Amino acid sequence: MKINRKAVFAFACIFMASAPAFAAETIKIGIGGAHSGDLASYGLPTVKAAELVVEERNAAGGILGKQIELIKEDDACKPEIATNTATKLITSGVQAVIGHICSGATKAAIGIYKGSNLVCISPSATAPDFTLSGDYPNFFRTISHDFLQADLQADFVLNNLKAQKIAIIHDKGEYGKGIATIVKEKIEKAGFKDKIVVFEGVTSGAVDYAAIVQKIKHEKADTIVWGGYHADASKIIKQIRQKKMQVNFIGPDGLKDETFIQVAGADAEGVYASGPSTPKNSLAEKAREQHIKKYGEEPGAFYYQAYSATLALLNAIQKAGSTDFAALTKALKSESVDTPIGKISFDKNGDATGISLSMYKVEKGKFVEQVK
Amino acid sequence: MSFEYFFELFLGGLSRGSIYALIALGYTMVYGIIELINFAHGEIYMIGAFTALIIAGILTFLGLNHFAVFVISILAAVIWASAYGFTIEKIAYKPLRKAPRLSPLISAIGMSIFLQNYVLIAQTDKYLPFPSVIPEFEFWEPYSHIIGSVELVILVLTAVIMTALTFLIKFTKIGKAMRATAQDRTMAMLLGVSVNKIISFTFILGSFLAAVGGVLVASQMGQINFGIGFMAGIKAFTSAVLGGIGSIPGAVLGAIVLGLTESFATGYISSDYQDVFAFALLILILIFRPSGLLGRATTQKV
Repeated sequence: MKINRKAVFAFACIFMASAPAFAAETIKIGIGGAHSGDLASYGLPTVKAAELVVEERNAAGGILGKQIELIKEDDACKPEIATNTATKLITSGVQAVIGHICSGATKAAIGIYKGSNLVCISPSATAPDFTLSGDYPNFFRTISHDFLQADLQADFVLNNLKAQKIAIIHDKGEYGKGIATIVKEKIEKAGFKDKIVVFEGVTSGAVDYAAIVQKIKHEKADTIVWGGYHADASKIIKQIRQKKMQVNFIGPDGLKDETFIQVAGADAEGVYASGPSTPKNSLAEKAREQHIKKYGEEPGAFYYQAYSATLALLNAIQKAGSTDFAALTKALKSESVDTPIGKISFDKNGDATGISLSMYKVEKGKFVEQVK
Repeated sequence: MSFEYFFELFLGGLSRGSIYALIALGYTMVYGIIELINFAHGEIYMIGAFTALIIAGILTFLGLNHFAVFVISILAAVIWASAYGFTIEKIAYKPLRKAPRLSPLISAIGMSIFLQNYVLIAQTDKYLPFPSVIPEFEFWEPYSHIIGSVELVILVLTAVIMTALTFLIKFTKIGKAMRATAQDRTMAMLLGVSVNKIISFTFILGSFLAAVGGVLVASQMGQINFGIGFMAGIKAFTSAVLGGIGSIPGAVLGAIVLGLTESFATGYISSDYQDVFAFALLILILIFRPSGLLGRATTQKV
């Protein structure tokens, strides 16, 4: 017992003595996002992506002669926790952040980073305001914002599906109602206001959706646009199929999740969802192989976006020669870099250029990318 | 405003109302007997659905036919959920029977949160696909689109259960004992009614009904997760209050009124206002009839 205690003490001394010395030699990058809770499946792939990129870079000698150290903090997708997460990352001395994941949590965190002049690159937060409002010069992202997704949906509904009567329903949430409203505005602006027969919100998690389904049927809509996540969508699609309605069902990236197909089963067939295009270049293939080799499974949601965000950040630090805020943001905006999602740079707002969105259709139990 | 549309909304509201009624009966019977709002009742509904999912999975794997799977999984759900109802009463409410009325209420809320988290940890936090155990069949042509087989099965099964329940309460010995206990617990005890057994039986009966509701809804919706009991519980509780809590026909009436209100509010106005109308109705009724539609003003016991 005595020896043990001594050993622990000695170890602690060595650890404490070596820690500050070690820290001076590394570049610290924070990883913020949902690493636990319901939405962990959206956040954990980011951790894995950053680890794989950094591992490889460290093995090749690091960056600017220093090793890279990742500091991970969980926000559970909750804004109130995200503020703590952000403060914790700042106090632990990170020089830039990859994350956060959910729009709500990201919104809470980026203001805090802004105060400390920290660059923050999100692989998945899509709320248009973050970049378009110009309030957050420290914010960048490797995913298309909701306006672009709504554009794609409105265009697809009008031109590909040739919809005559459109019902737009949403879950009244920030994400769901947000994107549904933008789709509605896009369709109205295109001059097809008359085609929208229903625009309503439903209660998320309701016992059943019979009434709204009956209403859509009564209005004889041929296309339903859904704003929200997959859990409600699979219930609604089930009731639509029970009523034997022949309608197109189309949703945003909150719908494009494997869980949707697992839960809705055969009823999911023929449902459309938009989302980031599936990367096809050699870097994407390499990133996928790295993941399969280490974890024995296909990468999860936003993995390629996070992988690309990490590559872009490291590239910018290398080009800027430091992690100084002004130099780093300038490098992010001026330098382009090859990533799994394409050759990307960031525009003046902080949105990645050179990335694309696609429409997917469920065919035989899989999301199949629709080539235009 | 075609009649057909009206009729369709009516049937949709009726089938949803009957589900609410199945759950609301549990609230109202427990309240009638021990004046406790059993907030863990929604979780019994959820546990019923989970049990049916597991059993239906096993039976389908063994290759039983559709009807057998439907019957056996409902039976299993009912038995397991009743066991939960019975145990909850013994653990969380019985020791508090003489405590101030707030204590068992808090205990009930605690039980509800406990059960949700228990299922979350013991099972999963994900949405699970639920097999459609309700037998599906086609109606003859002009009517096939107005009502689906699933809705019809829900309506018929609920009606049968309600009739049986009414018979049980009105004409059997145990029903008589339940009514006596509800009226005056001490007096019933003095006259030889085993009050503890009656209370246990009430919890079992309420859990039975909630489990049937859980299986029917899960089968209609095709998915479950640990949180489904919350919304169903709130709606059923509202129905029970609307109809006059403590009154059995009141719970059924309240549930159907609530189901129809939601259906028509969505159909003719907007689903944005579905809950607004449902709860506005509740407030209005409580203002003009504080004891609910069929409730009786209780005299204070001295």
